[in-house]
Amino acid sequence: MTETKKEEITKYIVISSDKVLPADAAMKIYESEFPVTVKETCFGLIVTGPKEEVDAVVEDIRQMDKNHIFVKDRGFPAGDERRCRASRGGGPRPGFHFLREEVEMLPAIGAALDELEADECLKTKSKEKCRLKVSELEKIIESELSR
Amino acid sequence: MAKVFIYPINSLILSDLVERFGHKPLTMMSQIREKVTNISLDSPPINITSEDPKMGLKYAAIEVPAGVRGRMSLIGPLIEQTEAAIIVENPPTNFGCVGCNRTNELMKYLIRSKNVPILEVKYPESDEEARDFVNKIAEFLKSLPKEESEEGKEAHEEKSAEEEDKK
Repeated sequence: MTETKKEEITKYIVISSDKVLPADAAMKIYESEFPVTVKETCFGLIVTGPKEEVDAVVEDIRQMDKNHIFVKDRGFPAGDERRCRASRGGGPRPGFHFLREEVEMLPAIGAALDELEADECLKTKSKEKCRLKVSELEKIIESELSR
Repeated sequence: MAKVFIYPINSLILSDLVERFGHKPLTMMSQIREKVTNISLDSPPINITSEDPKMGLKYAAIEVPAGVRGRMSLIGPLIEQTEAAIIVENPPTNFGCVGCNRTNELMKYLIRSKNVPILEVKYPESDEEARDFVNKIAEFLKSLPKEESEEGKEAHEEKSAEEEDKK
């Protein structure tokens, strides 16, 4: 019987974190023993492999600093000859320019995500405070009456 | 989970934000992946075949340059799946596959005429603008339905029915 080939995908992991370096993220993937190909770059990592494994790896890495690690799909596999600089005589690869422009904006986007998360925490906390249990209300009334 | 069309169609920030808030971004990269990893193509990296501009005829007339039609053969199917869209005005650079302004104008026109929820925001250039940018996108994405789309549901139901048959 022929074995059906799993769908292979490639993802960029762009790291704009003060805590996590691309090398740390790469080490975490090596430790995880997922069957994926990892390429370390100046902005982060390129991960190629079966869809489920890549998704799992990406989620693990994202949890290292979730508001400052960004992920997007890539069409070409890592080190593909049609795109890799090594086989094209150097220079930025097609598609890098826009990524570079966006990478410059990532610290501000990360900070905005941090603020958004903090606001949501505050909102949920204040909502919890608003909900007063009946038993607690009874206690308050009793304490007020006993004065 | 809604299928959200993003412009620029290969944007890292937009595709990440859409995924982060639990939706599926419709991006050029997935279309390119199908093209460049398909073994049946004769001569990669020339991965746009003569058939593609013909497919693009569905979206643009014959007198429109072949480059626009070729691009639309990739982007058009994404526009058909669109359930919501985020359009960023004045992105700093558009290189490579998305560097054609005529295609971009046509793409935005088709999206706007599709009557789906659309968020139009300006590309941020400072920290404050970035905060507004993220807040607007987050609010928009949270307002979209989280449940599986009807097509997705049907596909899921078919799958489960097949699995039951196998059992």
